[in-house]
Amino acid sequence: MTTQSTLAIEATELVKTFGETRAVDGVDLAVRGGSVYGVLGPNGAGKTTTIRMLATLLRPDSGSARVLGHDVVTEADAVRGVVSLTGQLASVDEDLTGRENLILVGRLLGVGRAEAKARATELLEAFGLADAAAKLVKNYSGGMRRRLDIAASIVVTPQLMFLDEPTTGLDPRSRNQVWDIIRALVASGTTILLCTQYLEEADQLCDGIAVIDQGKVIAEGTPGQLKASVGSGALHVRLLDPEQRPEAERTLARELVSVHLEPDPAALSAPCADTDKAARAVAELTRSGIGIASFTLGQPSLDEVFLALTGHPAEEDPLARTDAIEEEQAA
Amino acid sequence: MSAEPTTTTPEPLADETAVRKAISATPRPPRASATSAALTFGWRGMLKVKHVPEQLLDVTITPVMFVLMFTYLFGGAIAGSTGEYLQYILPGILVMSVLFTTVYSGVALNTDLTRGVVDRFRSLPIWKPAPLVGSLLGDSVRYLIAGTVIIVLGVILGFRPGAGVGGVIAALALVVVFAFGLSWVFTTLGLLLRSPNAVMNAGFMGIFPLTFLSNVFVDPDTLPAGLEAFVNVNPISILADASRGLMEGNAAASDIVIVLAVAAGLTAVFAPLTTHLYRSKA
Repeated sequence: MTTQSTLAIEATELVKTFGETRAVDGVDLAVRGGSVYGVLGPNGAGKTTTIRMLATLLRPDSGSARVLGHDVVTEADAVRGVVSLTGQLASVDEDLTGRENLILVGRLLGVGRAEAKARATELLEAFGLADAAAKLVKNYSGGMRRRLDIAASIVVTPQLMFLDEPTTGLDPRSRNQVWDIIRALVASGTTILLCTQYLEEADQLCDGIAVIDQGKVIAEGTPGQLKASVGSGALHVRLLDPEQRPEAERTLARELVSVHLEPDPAALSAPCADTDKAARAVAELTRSGIGIASFTLGQPSLDEVFLALTGHPAEEDPLARTDAIEEEQAA
Repeated sequence: MSAEPTTTTPEPLADETAVRKAISATPRPPRASATSAALTFGWRGMLKVKHVPEQLLDVTITPVMFVLMFTYLFGGAIAGSTGEYLQYILPGILVMSVLFTTVYSGVALNTDLTRGVVDRFRSLPIWKPAPLVGSLLGDSVRYLIAGTVIIVLGVILGFRPGAGVGGVIAALALVVVFAFGLSWVFTTLGLLLRSPNAVMNAGFMGIFPLTFLSNVFVDPDTLPAGLEAFVNVNPISILADASRGLMEGNAAASDIVIVLAVAAGLTAVFAPLTTHLYRSKA
């Protein structure tokens, strides 16, 4: 029972109802092997329910799905043999130590006793958890717990990994560490299905994204395509001196017509899809003696995409988050 | 994301090459056997006890309380002397204490379900009942501890088993086997009810009358006819009789067979039911 296609995940019309709620209402997904695919949506959109059906934890009410060629209902055990799951509630045992958790998973997967111990040591060191190896997981920080969770998922390298909101609730530094691990996993050839409510996370990590809202996929494509579907890009400039912003605004207006002042008193932006024009505008600023801290020519943010697609903003305030991350990076 | 900083240098992991190496490592080993998976879950249960030894209070202090209370409170009134009563009641207390402990298997499972780790267990390619069989194997060790505490205390207080050590071990083994079968009822309950407290209440609501309406404490001959008839067919009475018999060296083979059959029957019905509920729980 294998398919000819190279799709790692193929879901058709998946439906799951809890009482009156149609948590997942006809979701189709097609995920290419070796890619990172993002399922993006606000809380309660049906992301977790979708991932749980694909990971064989929930049986779909209707529709079908194949994971690496195996049907998630009729060949659930075969699916379990090739995937691993990192759930939303960190799937690790709080009452055991980090080391015991990894040995436990290794032994359950058929790894020999000595080998399971060696593997635990190797993973704990690689994930920066060696010092906490003998501590009970209930005393771990959120970031440590997440890293242990991912380590437990790769005790035996899976062909496909489900990551359900791997960075929710993490501070920026822990979040970056988790992202590094995800990138390394992809580089090693693992296919990843990533659920996230952070637009930026999907933008950073994913090759393809399905935007999901109220149990339905409302848009699908690469991050670039999704952003392009909303409109052209914009030039973002950040000045060294906020005092110079009015002057910068006048200069940019001459080159790019419509200029927008951002909440950050040193930042301003202007819609612009043409790199030549953008380069001229920046050069013009420099010629006028305006000090530039940074500039980017970016596509619209996924925040804007989300708003345009759903008619309502994503639950989280993305601005607050972005600022925190930038401060972190500047420090 | 707007206004990207031009220099992004997120702090890298302590050892990125180690991460890459760790990720690319292992080929998939053959699947763990059913026995190995169940024993691994049993080991998990033991580790929890190691980290929180207070969990053993209910299998150490409680049985001691039961032995002392029932022997000295009822001994004079029921049997004329505490010494004689101890001889009658000790195997009964063994049965009662161990069976009470089985309720906690359901409570523990219910607690476990609220944790994320169950998702991992359920997504692993293992023998389906392994997490349940394993945790009950771990619990069996608790039953053994409770039983041993009772017998040792009994001997200190003057209990003299006619069949010696062998008989005592046989009785203890029989009680633990029966407890293993009975605990499947409570794990089923643990998956059907919504909170650990509800499991505890419902569990004791069942096990309490069943234990007291048996021959654990009194000779059924003294009871009204209707009640006596019930007490005599109560499997807990039969288990208590069998334990007394094994310790005295005069056990009826039929009692032992009935006890084993009931344990097997409970397991046959409630183990698959528990496994099914465990897998299908959203």
